[in-house]
Amino acid sequence: MNSFVDLLISLPELFLVLTAMGMMVAGVYTSAGKAYTLISNAAVLSLFGAIGLVLFAKTGTTLAFNDLFINDGFAQYIKIILLLAAALVILIGDRAVRKIKIAHFEYPILIIFATIGMMLMVSANDLMSLYVGLELQSLALYVVAALNRDSLRSSEAGLKYFVLGALSSGMLLYGCSLIYGYAGTTSFTGLETAVAGASNISLGLLTGLVFLIVGLAFKVAAVPFHMWTPDVYEGAPTPVTAFFAAAPKVASMALFVRITMGPFQGMADQWQQIIIVLSILSMVLAALAAISQTNIKRLMAYSSIGHAGYALIGLGAGTKQGTTAILIYLAIYIVMVIGTFACILCMKRKGNSVEQINDLAGLGKSHPAIAAALLLFMFSMAGIPPLAGFFGKLYIFLAAIEAELYSLAVIGVLSSVVGSFYYLRIVKVMYFDNLSDELDSVTGKRISVIISLCALTILLFFLSPSLLVDSASTAASVLFEK
Amino acid sequence: MTDLLKEYVPIVIFLAIATGMAAAMLLASYIVARQKPDSEKLSAYECGFEAFDDARSQFDVRFYLVAILFIIFDLEVAFLFPWAVALGDIGVFGFWSMILFLGILTVGFIYEWRKGALEWE
Amino acid sequence: MMVQAIAFYVFAGVTIASAAMVIGSRNPVHSVLFLILAFFNSAGLFVLMGAEFLAMTLVIVYVGAVAVLFLFVVMMLDINFVKLRQGFLQYLPIGGLIGLVLIVELLMVVSGWVVSPAGLKTAAINSQAIDGVSNTLALGRLIYTEYVYLFQASGLILLIAMLGAIVLTLRQREGVKRQRITDQLDRKPEDSVEIIDVKTGSGV
Repeated sequence: MNSFVDLLISLPELFLVLTAMGMMVAGVYTSAGKAYTLISNAAVLSLFGAIGLVLFAKTGTTLAFNDLFINDGFAQYIKIILLLAAALVILIGDRAVRKIKIAHFEYPILIIFATIGMMLMVSANDLMSLYVGLELQSLALYVVAALNRDSLRSSEAGLKYFVLGALSSGMLLYGCSLIYGYAGTTSFTGLETAVAGASNISLGLLTGLVFLIVGLAFKVAAVPFHMWTPDVYEGAPTPVTAFFAAAPKVASMALFVRITMGPFQGMADQWQQIIIVLSILSMVLAALAAISQTNIKRLMAYSSIGHAGYALIGLGAGTKQGTTAILIYLAIYIVMVIGTFACILCMKRKGNSVEQINDLAGLGKSHPAIAAALLLFMFSMAGIPPLAGFFGKLYIFLAAIEAELYSLAVIGVLSSVVGSFYYLRIVKVMYFDNLSDELDSVTGKRISVIISLCALTILLFFLSPSLLVDSASTAASVLFEK
Repeated sequence: MTDLLKEYVPIVIFLAIATGMAAAMLLASYIVARQKPDSEKLSAYECGFEAFDDARSQFDVRFYLVAILFIIFDLEVAFLFPWAVALGDIGVFGFWSMILFLGILTVGFIYEWRKGALEWE
Repeated sequence: MMVQAIAFYVFAGVTIASAAMVIGSRNPVHSVLFLILAFFNSAGLFVLMGAEFLAMTLVIVYVGAVAVLFLFVVMMLDINFVKLRQGFLQYLPIGGLIGLVLIVELLMVVSGWVVSPAGLKTAAINSQAIDGVSNTLALGRLIYTEYVYLFQASGLILLIAMLGAIVLTLRQREGVKRQRITDQLDRKPEDSVEIIDVKTGSGV
């Protein structure tokens, strides 16, 4: 048995599982008042510990557990983003979680379990391990969405997310079973040879793949499978929404890349058209629908749908350059989202959090620092140079042009112009509208540090983009060297 | 395949006799007995009063918690069957893999015990 | 073979009919009972396919536990189901029309459906039945060694389910008197008994 080697390959996951279970036991044995503080600190520490383990793990592609699990440069790149996002979300949400009285010590533990699920998804090398990882992630996310159980909106968000998530899991599973039935294997390696070796693609396999893509499109919230997003983002407690917008999106997108570029590389002609349609619809609908939103969390939901659309352009290109562009885009997106939500979490009036865009009026005068940071994030999301968001979009559009998808690139540019309207509206409300009731000036020390770090990353990215671009392209090349 | 199904013939016969007898008893009493229903006979009898409210009363959410915890351990037990059957073939590794699985759920058990989910008050 | 075919159609027919009754019946408790019938018949279908273990698990887990849970949920909700269904007839024509279009489309797709011979061949290689091995044993040989990773991951999923159920539904009630055994055992004679030297003839 080489099981010891297998354990070493999956060391970061193993470490997180053990610490999470340890925290569960420690949490119930600590008095109720102290448990949350203790466990959330421990959670952040163990997430950073896992980042360390991922960083110092052996590079190169290794398979474990009878080829069910794969660890390669691509998985490591995504895992670092995911772990960082999870740790930052726990940190920025700290005050808000206490305020809305959902400071159960289970909250950070559930976040860790969701992160473990995402790491398993990213490292999946088999349809079965894909599904198990996905369920691990989803189940933890359904619970955190409904965590504020005394609030009707939070419960509603949890229920909606659960019902639609279960539906999408069902579709994904149905797709997997069709693929297994028609290709005769669930292993990605086996599927790759089966797809590449087939002279003509069987209809059953294709139907299976379509179901699989639909299931994943639900998870990344690409139009027309986005219906749950605005309601869930609005209803869930704000720190949880920040997590939803950041980590699961990245994990599902990475899974999308892994599946389409890996086992189904041979069917690129078939899935490319679906991806392109998903991408166009997401970009256009998100740009148009976001204009009329008044709630900032709903706005962020549509914004995240739009960003999923842009990332899918890179997938539609189906090239190594496109994959690199997605990886760059996802990393920048995470920083912007975490920064924006940290600003949203700072907005409070008389201790209660505010969520309406109009409530931001006069923020430029009353809280110049937060307003400036939010301005940066909004400009970056709109794609205004020289901020990081511009480079993210640039690489994506370049990849699309390189792959001769000119119309896709043009639609992308046009919708990002339309989309910039609603980002700029927030800036206008902050700086040019009359002061509404003053917002509280108290902000935590940790949250200000995180906001300024995110803002600096966004602002100074153009000084040395190669830092990110190089690691993204090494990560992407793993999928193409075979 | 058919060999496997032949093993189920006794069960099918058993089920057929059980349903046949139940149906026969119901039908016989339906046909033989004299029945003259009227609205008073069919209405619910509650000490001579009209029924006060719906017979369906709301359950406490705690029943749900108990039921879901039961399902989880039920599934755990479902995993034990093939393990017990195959234990001779899967060796020490298989044995410890199940112990690890039970260990994970024991963490959950400690959690729910300390949390007071097993107490009824 | 004939008996097998008849049994298949009986099980399949009853499953579909009872599934239709699950959504069709007015009383939610009846829906759950029809669901149980549907579970039983699907178990029958599994047996016909030779998947005994799955059939028995379906009966134990779904009929034994999930259906009971559903009954609890139905009893727990304070919903007027008659009112809930009022829109049903109103939307029936449009819903029926969409369903019809979908069925026609599906039929058009399925009629051109061909299983590729290569796929059949690979599927046959991977699913060869071994003589003299019951499928509980066959599963047992795989789950705990070959698929140990998936097995432990499902353990984690069960753990999260437990955690989630407790987080979302457990409420600590105020003012309930509980027996705290550790407190009782911790109690020492010094805390509860006081020895006072009472002089003869005077009170305490």
